[in-house]
Amino acid sequence: MAHVNLSSIQKSYGSANVIKGVDIEINDGEFVVFVGPSGCGKSTLLRMIAGLETISGGELSIDGNVVNNLEPKDRGIAMVFQSYAIFPHMTVGENVGFGLKISGVDAKETEQRVNEAAEILKMKHLLHRRPSQLSGGQRQRVAIGRAIVRHPKVFLFDEPLSNLDASLRMDMRMEIAKLHKQLGATMIYVTHDQVEAMTLADKIVVLKDGLVQQVGAPMELFHNPANRFVASFLGSPSMNFIPVQVADVKDDAVLVESDELSPVWIPSRGKSYTKGQNVELGIRPQYIEPHHERHANSFSGHIVLTERLGTETVLEIKLLNGQSVIACVSQDEVFDIGEEASLSFDPERVHIFAE
Amino acid sequence: MATLAGDNYRLRLALRYAVLILIAIIFIFPLIFMIVSSLKPDVQLLQDTSSLRAFLPVGDISFDNYKNASERAPIGLFMFNSVLVTGITVLLSLFFCSLAAFSFTFLSWRGREVQLSIIIATLIIPFETIAIPMLLLVSKLPWLSMGGVEWGWLNSYHVQIIPFIADGLTIFLFVQYFKDLPKELIEAARVEGASWWQIYRSIIIPLSGPVIATAAILKFLAMYNQYLWPIMVTQEEQYRPVLVGLQYFFQLNTAWGEVMAYLTLITLPVLAFYLVLQRSFIASIASTGVKG
Repeated sequence: MAHVNLSSIQKSYGSANVIKGVDIEINDGEFVVFVGPSGCGKSTLLRMIAGLETISGGELSIDGNVVNNLEPKDRGIAMVFQSYAIFPHMTVGENVGFGLKISGVDAKETEQRVNEAAEILKMKHLLHRRPSQLSGGQRQRVAIGRAIVRHPKVFLFDEPLSNLDASLRMDMRMEIAKLHKQLGATMIYVTHDQVEAMTLADKIVVLKDGLVQQVGAPMELFHNPANRFVASFLGSPSMNFIPVQVADVKDDAVLVESDELSPVWIPSRGKSYTKGQNVELGIRPQYIEPHHERHANSFSGHIVLTERLGTETVLEIKLLNGQSVIACVSQDEVFDIGEEASLSFDPERVHIFAE
Repeated sequence: MATLAGDNYRLRLALRYAVLILIAIIFIFPLIFMIVSSLKPDVQLLQDTSSLRAFLPVGDISFDNYKNASERAPIGLFMFNSVLVTGITVLLSLFFCSLAAFSFTFLSWRGREVQLSIIIATLIIPFETIAIPMLLLVSKLPWLSMGGVEWGWLNSYHVQIIPFIADGLTIFLFVQYFKDLPKELIEAARVEGASWWQIYRSIIIPLSGPVIATAAILKFLAMYNQYLWPIMVTQEEQYRPVLVGLQYFFQLNTAWGEVMAYLTLITLPVLAFYLVLQRSFIASIASTGVKG
């Protein structure tokens, strides 16, 4: 277990700054997920923590020691790679025990620790197999085994599940969550999959263009996104953004309206707006309620697509101004394509983003 | 339709085999000619060259040419010299060139790209153009100087080995192969605590079977076929390799049967080396440990 602190961390390749001053505090035993779209710098940041990329500016410390210039092996970390990176010419046992062997741990202890790791990951029967004889999930287990056998201070995961199929990904996600509980270790996990981020993390760090957009607990980010990007990135399907205009302002609320929406008061959550300002309403699809009849505080449109997912149905509704809005309804509610629908929402669940 | 497709497939297969057999024949006929001729007396050998009998072990067949050849030249010594010089050069070359390629591929240091470009550029320089400068160099330089006693380069094994250990082609082959190895394997080993030497020895080399086999075969052939350099730097029979030994057979009356017997004998190590490495080449095509 360890405390990791990133202070004004920067990375540049020539004149291109890819990480532009990142501050993150990761506590002992915390499971932190770096999430963001491709190219946001999340993997680079992880690789900088691992020591596989040099740090151009700022300070990285693990357990209070600045490790900027330390080799990966001296940082007390272990890393699981997206491509597993298990050595094809070694058996599973040799792969898992590789780090111990080269650091001079005697054969007996190595064997004992390899067996312990294999026990935890339920892969004792695989120890004598070669990587080519393993499935994708088993290979990922080997990669995780290689990490846990060394008892590192910090575990680093670089999109470890993205090469697995959907059902295996869910299984492995649960395994990793259990592993975190069992080991109580500090884990830093990179993914572009917001479901992984939401389900695994104690703390999510949302990154975009090399900058931290928001740090917080998954539900905190979900319910109180700091900006439009975080709001749109977390949650599935994505949040709807509907352009409106500020008609009036009170201390804690703003009155918004548009051609499609009659005036409605929305909590301003401490932010200030001016009369006449163009803003966007952010409404999650789960908080939009479609009705067959006309409803107060609602948008009108007609259904253009229905996707039945079993437990819920996703509707795409085209508003009168041509904008598409997504709504999620329970499986029991039936809407037909072409049908007119009135979309209401709870103002308490709505966010306002300045344009 | 299925039958038509099947017929088509069989026809294409037959055509493919026909072409392959033709190519195999083109390559193997000189070998057959050499071996068959080595068993015939000169008169018959020359008569047979005008017919297909040249490729058939017919007529007066014997091993006399081998006996005579071994009396004319110290074949055993020449073979020993060639195998020794070639073997040591191949081993040292594989080691040093793979180390150099490792550094060029995985380590970052100032001037790396420029140096690699220069090394690759040496591939286009024919050996003949640098043979004389090299001869001047080795004739002037002392090899070892200890306690006032100096050993030179000329007339030695090391003059045939050391200049050929590092070569652009072998480095280039290793660099190209190393570039294709998954970078994550090296990174994983670094995170696991491996030093660069351990990464080279425990990860890179065990995964480099195909390129080691290829580089070894090419280097072996180049070294075993050395003629110009050994003839320039060795005046004594004691250090001369097989191809220089061929001179013993080209005198006033060339005994072609003996030449063929000598050539057959000196071809054997090449075939043996190739067959051994070909097997390890196939065995070493390692399955990849990364997602594939």
